[in-house]
Amino acid sequence: MNTGHMRWGFIVLIGFGLLAPVAGIYPTFLMKCWCFALFACAFNLLLGYTGLLSFGHAAFLSVAAYVTGHAIRSWGFGPEWGILAGTLSAGALGYVFGSLAIRRAGIYFAMITLALAQMLYFVWLQMKFTGGEDGLQGVPRGALFGVIDLSNNTNLYYLVFVIFLAGFSLIHRVIHSPFGQVLQAIRENEPRAISLGYDVDRYKLVVFVLSAALSGLAGATKTLVFQLASLTDAHWHMSGEVVLMTLLGGLGTVFGPVVGAFVIIGLQNQLADKVGSWVQVIMGLIFVICVLIFRRGIVGELGRLLKRPL
Amino acid sequence: MFELLGISPQALYGQLLIGLINGSFYAVLSLGLAIIFGLLNIINFSHGAQYMMGAFVAWIGLTQLPQWLGNPDFVINYWAALVLVPLIVGAFGVFIERTMLRRLYKLDHLYGLLLTFGIALIIEGLFRDWYGVSGQQYEIPEVFQGTINLGFMFLPKYRAWVVVAALTVCFLSWYVIERTKLGSYLRAGTENPRLTQAFGVNVPLMITLTYGYGVALAAFAGVLAAPIFTVSPKMGADLIIVVFAVVVIGGMGSIFGAIVTGIGLGLIEGLTRVFYPEASAVVIFVIMAIVLLVRPAGLFGRER
Repeated sequence: MNTGHMRWGFIVLIGFGLLAPVAGIYPTFLMKCWCFALFACAFNLLLGYTGLLSFGHAAFLSVAAYVTGHAIRSWGFGPEWGILAGTLSAGALGYVFGSLAIRRAGIYFAMITLALAQMLYFVWLQMKFTGGEDGLQGVPRGALFGVIDLSNNTNLYYLVFVIFLAGFSLIHRVIHSPFGQVLQAIRENEPRAISLGYDVDRYKLVVFVLSAALSGLAGATKTLVFQLASLTDAHWHMSGEVVLMTLLGGLGTVFGPVVGAFVIIGLQNQLADKVGSWVQVIMGLIFVICVLIFRRGIVGELGRLLKRPL
Repeated sequence: MFELLGISPQALYGQLLIGLINGSFYAVLSLGLAIIFGLLNIINFSHGAQYMMGAFVAWIGLTQLPQWLGNPDFVINYWAALVLVPLIVGAFGVFIERTMLRRLYKLDHLYGLLLTFGIALIIEGLFRDWYGVSGQQYEIPEVFQGTINLGFMFLPKYRAWVVVAALTVCFLSWYVIERTKLGSYLRAGTENPRLTQAFGVNVPLMITLTYGYGVALAAFAGVLAAPIFTVSPKMGADLIIVVFAVVVIGGMGSIFGAIVTGIGLGLIEGLTRVFYPEASAVVIFVIMAIVLLVRPAGLFGRER
């Protein structure tokens, strides 16, 4: 599996990550992209490799964002502990939501995750510490391990990139492990996986928790970047966006979600002040086009041209 | 007795009425979802957007059309809207099914969900661009202005009409599907499309019309809702997620189940607003979680 072209992919990715800020691309934009790339990769682990469509992944992004923000701002956690707290809380929430959602399959799974995430949205709206509509603002970036000053954008950029790489490598490792092979067996033919003696529900739950925790890692990191956790993170639009990134980049491809995240965030960045509310229409159009004629996504099509899985 | 709990009967009846109205909308919308799901096996994510379209098209017919045509006589009034708008939006649904959804039937059903989600984003974004987010008012038709004195409370006439109209449409749909020849074709198509086609029933046409009918139901609900809620591009999206939860609770196996669950949950939501208002936004989701724990297939559902 881990053959030459995959290694080249990694080299390009790391090279790009290291050089992009030097090449003059706005670091905050890049950091946002890496956070969403990690989010999309975590989501892809679920949809692309296990065949589970969660329409509520914003829940995990937002719980980690709020917990990290609150822990750092009000409890005086250092950034590393804040991120850890956020990631763990997302994993715990993933356990609760996952246990409920895997009781139904297919289309119901999507509706349940969406409904649970919407419930959480209303909870955030009413709770005091989230700041309601205003969001949880002014989260200090602090210093990593008390040493590296993160208010410096360059330092923070490389931290964000390292976090992305760590998450990305973990996902890559999981996909190509025996565990990952079972996940793909479940995606291809669940009854057969059951008949082979695999405890399918258990596999689904584990991968759900893993995906939630990694989404949380993305959300926690994002809070540090923007010093803000807001309701936008919890809205169902966000859950839809991560689906779109993954779909556009390429479902079930290793690099697809990264490409998808960069394209979508880049587009939104370019379009936001030019076309206003048309952004949503354009996102919808991309969705429709992807589903109708571009189901392999960018990286999927590329892989087909190169005749190699990417 | 309610005074002891510090709750006035008026507040209780008022909230129960709102609950009944919300429940009627849940019932009509989840009925449409269930009918579409039965035959097409997809969840129509654009259902909320089509409901919003219904309300907007009605509002356009009443307030904008005369201006566009420069003739104040060219108005689609409420009664005409109740018939025309579902037809217009339903035709739009037929167009979507013929041009797009049709291509996806051989694929995983999740693609249908994703496609209709994209369509919902487009519709919502377009209306947001054209009419902004603030929301428009639709005047209550003259016949229904005022209230009826029931002795224990004043019942606004329009709200009573909404409940009656919604229940009538639900009942008619149930009757057609469960008790007529046409409905028997539909049920046969739901059970086994290939065999039904072999018996000479035009299943593809039936699928198209079913989708159109489901969408028309959503638009009908939209017209009913226009005078009660503000007509805004956002009105569909939040509602449809609650309706998804209603559908998970009820299960989509039975038409009757969809109606009962919709109304029941509306009432429970109303009661929650009286006794514990903080939880009213989440109560349906909490019930969904409990139902999933106790009876995963849903109250009226069967695993498929």
